[in-house]
Amino acid sequence: MSASSSRVIVVWVPDWPIVAARQNLQATDLDLTDELPMALIDRGTVFACSSLARAAGVRRGLAVREAQLRCPELLVAPYDAQADSRAFEHFVTLIEELVPGVRILRPGLCAIRARGPARFYGGEQQAAATIRQALSESLASARVGIADSPFGAEQAALRTQESAPVRIIDPGTTRGFLAPLPISTLDDAALVPVLRRLGLHTLGDFAGLDRTAVGVRFAEAGLRAHARASATDRLSGAEHAPEADLGADVAFEPALDRVDQIAFGVRAAAESMIEQLAHAGLVCTALLITVTSESGDRSERSWSHPHHFSAADVVDRVRWQLQGSGGAAAGPSAPVERIEISPSRVDASTNHEAGLWGTSLDERVHHALARLSSLLGHGAVSTPSLGGGRFLAERRVLVPWGDESPQTQRDLPWPGSIPPPAPATVFSAPRRAEVRGALGEPVDVDARGTTNTAPVWMAFDQAPPLTISAWAGPWPVQQRWWDSDKRRSAARFQMIDSTGMAWLLILEDHTWAAEARYD
Amino acid sequence: MNSVAAVESPASVRQALQARISSMQSTRLDDDAFPVLPKMRGVLARGLRRGTVYSLTGSTSLALALVAAASQQGEWCGVLDVPDLGLEAAAGWGIDLDRLVWVSDPGERWMSTVGAMADVLGLVIVRPPTRVSASESSRLSARLRQARSTMLVLGDWPQSESEITVVSSSWTGLGDGHGHLADRRLDVEVRQGQRAGAPRRSQLRIPAGTIR
Repeated sequence: MSASSSRVIVVWVPDWPIVAARQNLQATDLDLTDELPMALIDRGTVFACSSLARAAGVRRGLAVREAQLRCPELLVAPYDAQADSRAFEHFVTLIEELVPGVRILRPGLCAIRARGPARFYGGEQQAAATIRQALSESLASARVGIADSPFGAEQAALRTQESAPVRIIDPGTTRGFLAPLPISTLDDAALVPVLRRLGLHTLGDFAGLDRTAVGVRFAEAGLRAHARASATDRLSGAEHAPEADLGADVAFEPALDRVDQIAFGVRAAAESMIEQLAHAGLVCTALLITVTSESGDRSERSWSHPHHFSAADVVDRVRWQLQGSGGAAAGPSAPVERIEISPSRVDASTNHEAGLWGTSLDERVHHALARLSSLLGHGAVSTPSLGGGRFLAERRVLVPWGDESPQTQRDLPWPGSIPPPAPATVFSAPRRAEVRGALGEPVDVDARGTTNTAPVWMAFDQAPPLTISAWAGPWPVQQRWWDSDKRRSAARFQMIDSTGMAWLLILEDHTWAAEARYD
Repeated sequence: MNSVAAVESPASVRQALQARISSMQSTRLDDDAFPVLPKMRGVLARGLRRGTVYSLTGSTSLALALVAAASQQGEWCGVLDVPDLGLEAAAGWGIDLDRLVWVSDPGERWMSTVGAMADVLGLVIVRPPTRVSASESSRLSARLRQARSTMLVLGDWPQSESEITVVSSSWTGLGDGHGHLADRRLDVEVRQGQRAGAPRRSQLRIPAGTIR
């Protein structure tokens, strides 16, 4: 590969997180001036700060309190990585209008192959100027670096000044440009201390090592770092592709308040959305529905599908969201003005082809149960699965029909589990019970886990007492002993009453209850 | 056909047709049943007949045991309004939880819900509502027959084809303050059809470990 074909342009926006956060805050009509120093906080420490804040002594990694002490008028906002990337998306589309094939290295930093733009605009200097000019309309100071490798171009961009926002490293000199930079430039927390201990303090020192030797000692990570230091790394990763808008957006004028009217109105949009997805070779497995009512309320909910959404399924989900858990009779609380549906997870349709003989029966079941869900309200129809837990009732996990089943922790060892057989009836709400000894005294368990007397009879609620013919226990159950709010400590007993019915009783806080029945 | 009938006597023709009908019926009867676990054949030799209602009294395990074999063979099963059903016991009997549909709290719509479930699910375990009128129950019976799906009612049902009652149950393994529940023995009474007569009694042993 000749040097000219691997030239790379890197565009960098200084303090990008701050720029993005400012844009977001301005969108919410907050009165904000650029003069105010600002810092973004991630997990209690400063993640990014504006130049004014930096001038006042605020640094990345500083505790919030310390930062506020150094700069009392500091505006503090939480760091939102999602919003950060989202805002950068707009910036990238601006560049894409000029040059194709933009790769996002991270929010605030993107790379483009230089050869095409340089030839088109008549030189690298001109290409850089064109890009900067296009961006200057919406964004302040973008900096541009051009070099033989992406890493070199990034370092060049980072080392520009406000007065000289473009830095071009001449072809073939990138390695020389990188050589005097400190080894910490590599930004690899595992590698840098080791290299420093080996006496390699600049990138030049490291690049001077034999590549094979580096590979033997540091494997993949070392080779990557070595390539960057010696300016032989290449642009990798997928190019940014403009996202086609595959969502559906339906506005109602006038606003509607009946579920079936709304469902009817959404149908065509849902159908065209699914068709568009199918056209792109995709199926939707999860989507986000946003309902905006006349009064301005927004309800947002994401839905997932065990297979993938058909148009009718989408309409069903809209219906369920409007009904809430109220069943067929329920409706939205206020007239609905607008419904937005956006696919939040898509998959290649080749992964979801029906088998040669179809899946007709299962499909029939799906349709019927989806209809039943609409009738009874979302959540009334569910698929059960076994979860983890020490108490029997919490091992039962019901996943509403049409949702994805969660990852269960069933296979973990749960100490205190009872030996098989499993009881056929597990009370969702434990039934209060009374267990007494021969003299009518309540049976209890002391701190050492022994019973004060043998249980002789038991009674549930107001029912007449039953004689106990056989029993065993206590078996201790300890849950979350480290958590003072949620901890439970109980003792289990198995008991057989005079009718031959077997029970699993639980004694907690000196109170008896039936946890399950072996019927 | 006419020529054959002319040669043979009407009585022999009738007999031949009767034999043919009964042979067809008997083969259909076997097709018309959901299989049950080998262990349960002592209780219901021919399995669970499709399109009928069984009323079970005294044991939830029995309902799970009856459903298990069909579920293992890929039949979809449903549970309506039995919030306390033990899932671990169901899985222990070998019921495929991925093909089990759990409907809770149908409220006023009990009848339409059970109908909708019966349309697509082969076997439905239900807890009956407090009041079922005779007309509602016969309508449901017709729907079950048409959908060829079977309903297992945990409790009484006005028009059940079969009633299965647990007369007594005993356990081994549990002593006076020691051991744990292990093997179980059930005495089961089965009353098939609506004809009078002594119910058939059978004994069912359920070992603790190897249920399947």
